[in-house]
Amino acid sequence: MSETYYCPHDLPRFGEMGKERPDLWAKFLEYYNSVFADGALTAREKALIAVGVAHAVQCPYCIDAYTQASLQNGADREQLTEAVHVACAIRGGASLVHGVQMRNVADKLGM
Amino acid sequence: MARIPLPTLQSRSHPLSVPATQLSVLAATGVPRFDDVMSSHGREPLESSAIEVLQVNVGKLCNQTCAHCHVDAGPDRREVMTAETAAQVIELLRRHPIPTLDVTGGAPELNPQFRFLAREAAALGRRVIDRCNLSVLLLPAQRDLVPFLVEHRVEVTASLPSFRASGTDAQRGEGIFEKSLEALRLLNAAGYGRGGGLVLNLVHNPVGAFLPGDQGSLERDYRRELSERHGVVFDRLFTITNMPISRFLDHLERTGNLQRYMHLLVEAFNPRAADGVMCRTYLSVGWDGTLYDCDFNQMLAMPTNHGAPQTLGALLATGGALPRRVVTDRHCFGCTAGAGSSCAGAVAE
Repeated sequence: MSETYYCPHDLPRFGEMGKERPDLWAKFLEYYNSVFADGALTAREKALIAVGVAHAVQCPYCIDAYTQASLQNGADREQLTEAVHVACAIRGGASLVHGVQMRNVADKLGM
Repeated sequence: MARIPLPTLQSRSHPLSVPATQLSVLAATGVPRFDDVMSSHGREPLESSAIEVLQVNVGKLCNQTCAHCHVDAGPDRREVMTAETAAQVIELLRRHPIPTLDVTGGAPELNPQFRFLAREAAALGRRVIDRCNLSVLLLPAQRDLVPFLVEHRVEVTASLPSFRASGTDAQRGEGIFEKSLEALRLLNAAGYGRGGGLVLNLVHNPVGAFLPGDQGSLERDYRRELSERHGVVFDRLFTITNMPISRFLDHLERTGNLQRYMHLLVEAFNPRAADGVMCRTYLSVGWDGTLYDCDFNQMLAMPTNHGAPQTLGALLATGGALPRRVVTDRHCFGCTAGAGSSCAGAVAE
């Protein structure tokens, strides 16, 4: 076992997830590749969204992979930073908006 | 991130200004020999069987010193093509029906022979390409350059690594993005890039140690961003991989990215890209009339070999350079990685 749960060398091993159920892996890859193909959004825009989501779900593999994909597709540091702020704002906002639930409970039970 | 302009490797007497040192550095990365990888994918050694493009490098003089320049060009370089050699280029075009003359540098327009070459080749009915750094169009001495290009229907292939200022300035020098936009507007005003006969193509090089993204996708981004934000239009975008030689090799070494980048190129080797590399259909001419399989080999002082003529004079005397086995080394992985790379962009979808 590695000494840390997250190891950079594990990222290229992602494909090993196809070993036990190659049929599911193939379906996932087909879907995955279709998602990231050029569509109404360009590859750069999709990569920047992926960077934002990667920060929201705090996946170091995805942060590594999609920072590179963003750069490769023409994004720069400023755009990458804005993508991270979007993730931050949504995460923060999501916490804050749950405050309404807190207020509902407090209003109902409190005096 | 803007950067301080770097002097050329040559002016700093940098070890990497010596081509043999560059080849040794690439060999020391431990990546396999190019021909061995070709063979392991069932490919014969590269061979040129046609000359569709005569690419002429008129010299290393340039008004910019870009961070990734494979020529190590700059304002201090003095290697420039003479009138005699330029006349040999035109004589070659006269004798052989090579359809395209592609003129590069340095900033080719700074060489007095540039206008002679463009005018004479256009008069012979050949397609002429000017590999333009854009900022050269704004120099006071070049005020009449755009009308000249229009008059001779010269195709402009212009470097613009990013549609954002930060990326372009990081690679090409502080303030170059704004100058590039100004030059692009001059070209647009003259009729370039509007889908008519005056062709304006842009070149995207990655701003860092990674491969370029998908050419079509980047072209869409460039088209929208340049048009909406800056009112600039163009015909096509070409993506070109940064070649691990000269100043980009220096960058890779200084930033500790050399090993990773070389292995990235080898891991991304694409046999279909190898089938379409430009050396199969190009012949490259150096400022002094020496012949090469490509502009990159030229900068590594690797002239044509395997029995092919090595100078314009020899070629004119013997009459043929085909078929010609291409001289290769580890830098060639730069043209075969991913979607491949050539002076006309990606070579494999």
